Amino acid sequence: MTDSNTSLSHLDLETHEKPFLDANELVINMGPQHPATHGVLRVILRLDGEKVLGLECVIGYLHRGVEKIGEHRTYTMFNPYVDRMDYVAAVSNGLGYCETVEKLLNVEAPPRAQYVRVILTELNRLASHQLWLGTHALDIGAITPLFYTFRDREEILKIFEKYCGARLTTHAFRIGGLQYETYNGFEREVKNFLDFFRPKIDEYEELLTTNRIWVERTKNVGTISAQDCIALGVTGPVLRASGVKWDLRKAQPYANYKNFDFDIPTGQRGDTYDRYLVRVAEMRQSVRIIEQAVGGIPEGPVMAKVPKVMKPPAGEVYHSIEAPKGELGYFIVSDGSTQPYRVRVRPPSFVNLQALDLMCRGQLVADVIAVIGTLDIVLGEVDR
Amino acid sequence: MEQLIQYVQSYLTSDQTPGAAGNMFWALVYILLVFVGLSIAVIAMNWLERKILAHMQVRLGPMRVGPHGLLQPIADAVKLLLKEDIMPAEADAPIFWMAPFMVVLAAFTVFVVVPFGPTHAITDMNIGILFMLGVSSLSVLGIVMAGWASNSHYPLIGALRSSAQMVSYEVAMGLAVVSAILMTSLNASGTGTLSMIGIVQAQQTQGIWFIFKFFPLGLIAFFIFAVAMVAETNRAPFDLAEAESELTAGFHTEYSGFRWSLFFLAEYSAMIAVSSIAVTLWLGGWLRPFPNLLNNSAWDLVFSLVPGITFLFLAAMCFYNAVRMPKHPFFRIQTIGLAGFGVLLGLIGLILFIPAVSLRVQDIFWFSTKVAAFMYLYIWYRGTFPRYRFDQLMQMGWKVLLPMGLGVLILTATAGLWPLIQHSIWHP
Repeated sequence: MTDSNTSLSHLDLETHEKPFLDANELVINMGPQHPATHGVLRVILRLDGEKVLGLECVIGYLHRGVEKIGEHRTYTMFNPYVDRMDYVAAVSNGLGYCETVEKLLNVEAPPRAQYVRVILTELNRLASHQLWLGTHALDIGAITPLFYTFRDREEILKIFEKYCGARLTTHAFRIGGLQYETYNGFEREVKNFLDFFRPKIDEYEELLTTNRIWVERTKNVGTISAQDCIALGVTGPVLRASGVKWDLRKAQPYANYKNFDFDIPTGQRGDTYDRYLVRVAEMRQSVRIIEQAVGGIPEGPVMAKVPKVMKPPAGEVYHSIEAPKGELGYFIVSDGSTQPYRVRVRPPSFVNLQALDLMCRGQLVADVIAVIGTLDIVLGEVDR
Repeated sequence: MEQLIQYVQSYLTSDQTPGAAGNMFWALVYILLVFVGLSIAVIAMNWLERKILAHMQVRLGPMRVGPHGLLQPIADAVKLLLKEDIMPAEADAPIFWMAPFMVVLAAFTVFVVVPFGPTHAITDMNIGILFMLGVSSLSVLGIVMAGWASNSHYPLIGALRSSAQMVSYEVAMGLAVVSAILMTSLNASGTGTLSMIGIVQAQQTQGIWFIFKFFPLGLIAFFIFAVAMVAETNRAPFDLAEAESELTAGFHTEYSGFRWSLFFLAEYSAMIAVSSIAVTLWLGGWLRPFPNLLNNSAWDLVFSLVPGITFLFLAAMCFYNAVRMPKHPFFRIQTIGLAGFGVLLGLIGLILFIPAVSLRVQDIFWFSTKVAAFMYLYIWYRGTFPRYRFDQLMQMGWKVLLPMGLGVLILTATAGLWPLIQHSIWHP
């Protein structure tokens, strides 16, 4: 009790009418070791019975100082580190970093590399959404979807493994393109995967979308309005579920997303159910993008001409991409040396996590779990 | 000595339960049999749940300890018994110590009146069903004690949830039970019965299982009970009291080792207990299927062969899988073990073909089969449904099941009295 009370001292107390130490209030420390906090998130809950009066997130249990490490590594050496931030979407992290440095160096990856990048990034988006769906459903008590999604995620990881040797922290891209040419049969395998995967999305939906308990558990839970999303800087599927049609792949096309035809699924109510629908629809859109990309990979080199020792001109650059969880931005300041002067990451999970308190107030304990799941946070990215 | 033998033998010709016949020796034997049988059932249920759930979830489940993981529950039990017995420093020691025993006591005591056959019950009480409902709801006391004594937040919330849940679902459950009991009174004398054996016998004499009686009223009452009993036993999708993703483990978060295994044992035997109530009240208890339609001696013979055939089928499955085992020296013991298990099942099957044995045992077989079907449903629910939220659960109990239960009760009473009402309308 005493521990959690002391750390509560800086909670915004003025927003609650009740005095701090109320006998009706129960302070619960959820995490950092808790099955549903997706890693090491610690949430201090203030409860009235089962009702949440307020909560505070305590983060930093997975802090590895990635940004600081960036200041002591050369541009190429820092590349694998970014994979360790959002480790379930390592390819997206790599894409963001490589494109940012390319912008700084003023080089562009050759078209063939661009296509392969899009395919791998979208495959990774599928993998990330699968992991989200499985764990989110598990948090709400449906244990079976987890095994279905992990079974299918395995096929994606196999493609990654075959391409670059790693399954999770892939380090798939290099500054200026790709290190590896695609392996023989890459296109065929991706196509086979798409044929295999398309009916699987229906299988997930069959278990959940019309399930009465699922709908009751997710509808009108953790609702957040578009204004609040924008005010808090929330991006990604959470923002889109609130009805804002904002996807960086369309809004500020990077890589070669402008060549592909896809829709931005949006929701209306901004509740957990809408976020679920948006993410499932995004899976279908990703399949569409991969389908177009894999059919049109051009011939040519996979690596642009980049200097062996990278010394970008002094200056700063911000570049952001649409990671599976939202806007993933890199702000890099160069002083003209081989190492960045400053690397700043704008992680979607960290920013989205801010909305947790707002989304959970007045809801029940079980909803906190559902909302943590629906925000789709990865603590590696929150803490960096 | 002779008197003693006579005393023991005197029961064999009786057509009563040992308790009702007042024969202490056989009552003790039955208590032991029920206790052992229940423990075996819980062990088997543990293995089956893990296997069935695993196959629903595209995985294999336990495969290492024994052939197809058959010895896994035993390995787990040994592990639990050998674990250190941890008690939180701030816990309320005596209550913490008592709680699991309370739960186990409640879960096992109800089996005193469960009728596995017309004579196969420890005793036959004239208030049997009330006794069952009453004692099985005592387990909530143990859960509240566990949650309170742990002196920790998660168990406390789990215990509160559990008690609120059990109290609200017991009402709907009771109404469903009453509507079934009303049906027992539809005989010449017009008196019903609360005795578990009497209820099954009423279904026998009326020639219909109560689930089909006054269709669809019996079915609705059964449905209400089937939902309420899942909530009553704290199982998915009503497993809020031990919601893993919310409360880590709910009321037994602070328990480990032997004490935890007692909770586990109690949970599964409670599941079997409520399933037995459902089977007794609506599914004809120990009666074989269609006792009234297919009632000539030929059908009697066919149905008396079913238990033996079932065991032979299980044995054949064992042999089939023993043949399919990898042909590697490493798997020899497992293959032999599986074949041995098959031989055991086959022998039981053969013994069940002996007319004298099958006559005495087939009641137990049909009862267990029906209960097993409920156990499968429990596993199926767990593999399919997300978890209800607390307020939704209460809403369901009070706003859906309770009115439904009341309506069914009134309609059942009306349907039962209909001949009388008709009579008074036409012949005032």
